Amino acid sequence: MEYIAIVLSAILVNNIVLAQFLGLCPFFGVSNRISTAAGMGGAVMFVMTIAAIVTYMISHYILIPFDLIYLRTVTYILVISSLVQMVEIILKKVSPPLYQALGIFLPLMTTNCAILGVAILVIQNEYTLMSGVVFAIAHAIGFTLALVILAGIREQLELVNVPKGMRGNPVILVAAGLLALAFMGFAGIV
Amino acid sequence: MDQAKNFTKGLIRENPVFILMLGLCPALGTTTSAFNGMGMGLATMFVVIMSNIVVSLIKNFVPSKVRIPCYIVVIASFVTIVDLVMAAFMSPLHEQLGLFIPLIVVNCFVLGRAEAFASKNTLWSSIIDGTGMGLGFTLALTLLGASREILGSNAIFGFQFLQADGMLVFVLAPGAFIALGYLIALANKLNK
Repeated sequence: MEYIAIVLSAILVNNIVLAQFLGLCPFFGVSNRISTAAGMGGAVMFVMTIAAIVTYMISHYILIPFDLIYLRTVTYILVISSLVQMVEIILKKVSPPLYQALGIFLPLMTTNCAILGVAILVIQNEYTLMSGVVFAIAHAIGFTLALVILAGIREQLELVNVPKGMRGNPVILVAAGLLALAFMGFAGIV
Repeated sequence: MDQAKNFTKGLIRENPVFILMLGLCPALGTTTSAFNGMGMGLATMFVVIMSNIVVSLIKNFVPSKVRIPCYIVVIASFVTIVDLVMAAFMSPLHEQLGLFIPLIVVNCFVLGRAEAFASKNTLWSSIIDGTGMGLGFTLALTLLGASREILGSNAIFGFQFLQADGMLVFVLAPGAFIALGYLIALANKLNK
């Protein structure tokens, strides 16, 4: 039951992009095609889950026992950037097709604040390792969902005659705002 | 480069939020009021100036292959300083900004200045660039925060100018996207 609450809350109620404003750069950057949006979502899910596990271990077995909490930001970001590098090397060796599919999105993951944000939230909410993993996966699903929906809207927007001043980024932001408004309808189900 | 131009480019012509669309997460997440937006902007400005200074000083000693991790560690150290100082002296604001203070580390705009400017320029121009860009970011966040506060709660910097219910949606998440969309449209118009 606890896991269901975490999943529903992360995907619909507190959607990581639309309600918590994390990971906005890829949200606007790679949402021009549904296929690239889905690829980015997959990559984020992969790295976010591993990052949550690794930072959980570091936090509970190194930082807390040795009273080094103030080093949290520095360690996490270093761990995440080396993790991204490592995932990239392993994927290149083990599964070249997947590596090809993810392409440029993998290295960009380091500066995706959703990854660091979820890692910090798992520790702040004092989850166990298992709930932490569920939390990370659910947030990644929420991220993918928002990204794919926005990509769908943007594909349609290309066919629309938008007023001159609103073309480009402004109209995409307003569309994202309306999407966030729709997601607010889920408030209260958990 | 002309230093005056170097300073003013961050304010309008290359404003990180309105024109370059960088650092959007804190720009949308923390601007529920003008005061919060300004606090976040000033915290980021401190980090960008300090990291520009250090990066431009160490640029000749860092091998180019490992420069990004090095820059990130420099930035993360200053973010930790800001985090601890704010927790100690500005506890209510720190509480409000919450997660977004440690997340200054992954603000692409800070790393962008280190990589694109400070690693190629002298100490003095890097300080000017950091100050100009930081001010531009603060300006954008304050403006966005003020417009959301005015529309959402009929107040500015906490001063209630109208005793009535505002349009609550502007304080909530969707209003952030919509307000920024229209501000960018306005900035585009003014830039032409």
